[in-house]
Amino acid sequence: MIAWTIYVTFAGAILLLFLPRTSARWIALATTVAGFAISLLALSRMPIVDLATFKTIVRIPWVPMLGMEYHLAVDGISLTLALVTGLTAVSAVLFSWDVDHRQNEFFFWLLLVVGGSYGVFFSADLFLLFVFYELVIVPKYFLIAIWGSTNKEYGAMKLTLYSFFGGALVFIGIIAAYAATGSLNLYDLAQFQFSTQLQSWAFPVLFLGFAVLAGIWPLHTWAPTGHVAAPTAGSMLLAGIVMKLGAYGALRVAMNIFPQGFHMWSRYIAVFAVIGILYAAAVALRQRDLKFVIGYSSVSHMGFVLLGLATANALGVSGAVLQMFSHGVIGALLFAIAGTIYRRTHTRDLDTLSTMGLSRALPFAAFAFVIASAASMGIPGFSGFAAEITILIGTWKSYPMAVWITGAGMVLVAAFTLRALKKSFFDTAVSTNGGTTSVSSNASANALPPITIAEKWGAGLLMFATLAIGLYPRLLLDRIMPAVEAMRFLKQ
Amino acid sequence: MIDNNIAWYVLFAPLIAAALIVVFTRRSKGLSSFLSCAAVLASFAGACLIFARKEDAAPALNWIEFPGLFVVPLGLVLDGLSRMMLVVVTGIGALIHIYSLGYMRNDEGKSRYFAALSLFMFAMLGIVLSNNFVMLFIFWELVGFTSYVLIGHWFDRDAAAEAAKKAFITNRIGDFGFMLGILMIWATTGSVVFANIAPRLSILTSNPGFLTAAALLIFCGAAGKSAQFPLHVWLPDAMEGPTPVSALIHAATMVAAGVYMLARVAFIIQLSPVALDVIVWIGTITAVMAALIATQQNDIKRILAYSTLSQLGYMVMAIGLSSSDAAIYHLFTHAFFKALLFLGAGSVIVALHHEQDIWEMGGLSRNLTITFVTFLVGALALMGCPPFSGFFSKDAILALAYEHNMPIFVLALGTAFLTAFYVTRLLVVVFLGHPRSHAARISRESPLVMTGPLIVLALLVIFGGSTFFTGQFVSVPPEHDVFEKVPLLAIGALVLGAGFAFALYRNRPREAFDIGFLRQKFYIDEIYSWLIDRTQELLARISAFFDRWIIDTAGVGGASGGTWGIGALLRFVQVGNLQAYSFFFGLGVVALIYFAVFR
Repeated sequence: MIAWTIYVTFAGAILLLFLPRTSARWIALATTVAGFAISLLALSRMPIVDLATFKTIVRIPWVPMLGMEYHLAVDGISLTLALVTGLTAVSAVLFSWDVDHRQNEFFFWLLLVVGGSYGVFFSADLFLLFVFYELVIVPKYFLIAIWGSTNKEYGAMKLTLYSFFGGALVFIGIIAAYAATGSLNLYDLAQFQFSTQLQSWAFPVLFLGFAVLAGIWPLHTWAPTGHVAAPTAGSMLLAGIVMKLGAYGALRVAMNIFPQGFHMWSRYIAVFAVIGILYAAAVALRQRDLKFVIGYSSVSHMGFVLLGLATANALGVSGAVLQMFSHGVIGALLFAIAGTIYRRTHTRDLDTLSTMGLSRALPFAAFAFVIASAASMGIPGFSGFAAEITILIGTWKSYPMAVWITGAGMVLVAAFTLRALKKSFFDTAVSTNGGTTSVSSNASANALPPITIAEKWGAGLLMFATLAIGLYPRLLLDRIMPAVEAMRFLKQ
Repeated sequence: MIDNNIAWYVLFAPLIAAALIVVFTRRSKGLSSFLSCAAVLASFAGACLIFARKEDAAPALNWIEFPGLFVVPLGLVLDGLSRMMLVVVTGIGALIHIYSLGYMRNDEGKSRYFAALSLFMFAMLGIVLSNNFVMLFIFWELVGFTSYVLIGHWFDRDAAAEAAKKAFITNRIGDFGFMLGILMIWATTGSVVFANIAPRLSILTSNPGFLTAAALLIFCGAAGKSAQFPLHVWLPDAMEGPTPVSALIHAATMVAAGVYMLARVAFIIQLSPVALDVIVWIGTITAVMAALIATQQNDIKRILAYSTLSQLGYMVMAIGLSSSDAAIYHLFTHAFFKALLFLGAGSVIVALHHEQDIWEMGGLSRNLTITFVTFLVGALALMGCPPFSGFFSKDAILALAYEHNMPIFVLALGTAFLTAFYVTRLLVVVFLGHPRSHAARISRESPLVMTGPLIVLALLVIFGGSTFFTGQFVSVPPEHDVFEKVPLLAIGALVLGAGFAFALYRNRPREAFDIGFLRQKFYIDEIYSWLIDRTQELLARISAFFDRWIIDTAGVGGASGGTWGIGALLRFVQVGNLQAYSFFFGLGVVALIYFAVFR
């Protein structure tokens, strides 16, 4: 059943090419909703026991001579990521409701990114996974280069170069694994005892290849630039889905097939992750462009994912997967709000925004941004807290020192988030005295078009998701944890 | 079945109100404030029921469950301590909700205010009821966030927005220590539930260094919330929030949460003598320092804020002297008289159209009779004047210090003197003498919805001191005969301080003397901003520089510039030509085949 997420999405994409543009956005919406509904249905219907192992759902020989198969499988981790893909996709379409430049094409590329991502999350064949993985990169380039804003060619190029660089590393790693075993099947590879010598170099190559897309420090600079250049939906997909592809690949492929190599390198991964968390938060404190602030906050949050993965214990890795979901939702929401502001004010400069008194002009956006900021700072009740506390507890078992340093990151995250929140919405040039407040005198802010219904639904969906998982994280954790425990790289 | 769940209803009623306001009624201010008040009254009723019936713990459900590794139950603890706090929090909360109806009558963001107030009640009740560390921490953070929202309620005042940010970040620093402490306890005992940690304490005591570190880290969290030195800087600034918020959050409940938490985990902290020593000194330093600063402030709310700091110092001192009973006793009486003082100050502020400078007031006792009388009651209790409630609870702490630690006792007595001094100064300057401004001359008493809560609180302060009344709620430490000296000394300090201030400030139009050092709060804010500039700002600058010039320009740019040929080739490939991309795929496939066949 879950395989239909892929088919439906690609079918929708192709359909878009043949239908008139008036119906484009409705087709896109229907397609993404269908994908989301299927993953939601799978979440509610599939027994938790079945999600404990990476269970085959489709297996068709493709190029038998090379051992390539069209082979899909699902477990709790895949399903969680499919869910965040569906969520972000629906919301991204809603926030692109007013795209009028080459509409069909826009949604076509968007659906390709979504479909490819579903494909990656369900692939049980290494070559198939790589095909889907590369399939995501190309449409990303067009989304940014055609519909982007600030410095879009540069941003698109940088992102694509980084992606190809990562892809090349991944490819080398895949070849190495294939050369040693003659198999591309993820099951077989995950059972095979690779020589220690091979693991010691193949693991870092493969891991780094994936981690580029997860925004590992110091290979993270594509992320802020790419996010800034991308259109709203593009940023949402980048933060919500694409960065997760990297983290997922690192977990499912690199860590799982080269466990010894992973153990050799895990300490260094943790170091890079901790630097990334602190460093990105510190940089965010100095940014003037709202989207740059959010872009760096993404890097900081993805640092938590990498830190969780590096712990090599069930708590940390499960927390990392939950954080992938959580950051997907929260990051997408933050970018969505930044996008709605930009569409109305044509600026993202924090100092300019601070003179506009936007909280009065766009109360709903202000509300949503407060929620997103709270979630991003790790306020309990939102998914970020549940994920980060689980990661930190896992980290305490492996690297107590890292928890101490990361704590400073918590303070920095609060500092830059509050700064951005205040400057973007809750600041007016007109100060008042006394308990009564006065209306901002800035006429341009009062004339802004109100938030549309589509935007309200898109933001509402994401807010609901982060709240639901934050209030009851076991909804996902109970499915993630058995799947993580089935992996062989865990240290006891 | 139903009975067992009352505590859950008490906890969730405010949350439901907050959710309803946000989702449905935010357009209707009247309905929103009604919902919020109804919820807190319902919680109060439930709390009274629990208190009367001596209800026991309610059922639990697991929030996070990694079997054998890490389990966080959602469970409530109902013992004497939490039952008492339930009644205090909901009772004072209810009075302040009602008072807010008057104070925030014409506020533009009334719905938002009441939603946040309800959310705060939920979080605060959560702290009181949590039976484990992680759940406590969850509500702890939530309290911090709602406090941020409420302090920043008038966000278009720069000072309010800055104060909200400062409060949140200072609390974050404390919470960071708290979290590490929780992790250390969990790592050794394997549990976060208070009841399960207690039997496993022997593991901790075998390693005193570790235990001391854990205890002090947990204290860090309390120091943040209860505004103890050196994390006290946020509380005076938090007075930028609406006055009922100052009364509820920054006087009666949230700042008491730190002390409550310390009492709750006292069984861990008391195992480490070193930690206790640190705690008693931090408490004492805070008490003395805040009292000194309070003598030179001019803003009526700030004076009260520093008095809160000072009184919290007393409570922490009691914890450090390993008597959580005395600490909780003072917390209990302080909650009432400090709420009363803040609400009285609010009544003055409203009467003078949001004037907060005491030198613009004067002679208010004539026009604001109810406010004056109730304020006087609160002030006497704060000074520790018998027979008001503050006298007994402060005496218990002084007696404790006298018994265990002489230097602490002397400093505590000095603080009592200073307290009497600055409170009398406040009373004389605000209420006696001649009006010093037009607003003060024409001021009128506040409406019943505001004076009503004042009267109720004043009655509680007058009668709340008696052992009979208080004994129902807290265990009052026994008084010994040998301590007769202590009350006498305390009353001596009181008379001396009050008399001195009265003589100095009676009929005086402006400040009698000016000590810049105290007026500038020991320059601690300045030192901090210098430190922040040196650390956080520096880190941010260096990182931003590094990112922009080293990684992006030298690294990425250099790599692409150095290998310009390859770069150009790649750029050429990426013109958006699909055939080119498929060509690349083809190449990859060929390579794969090569490896497969000719390996």
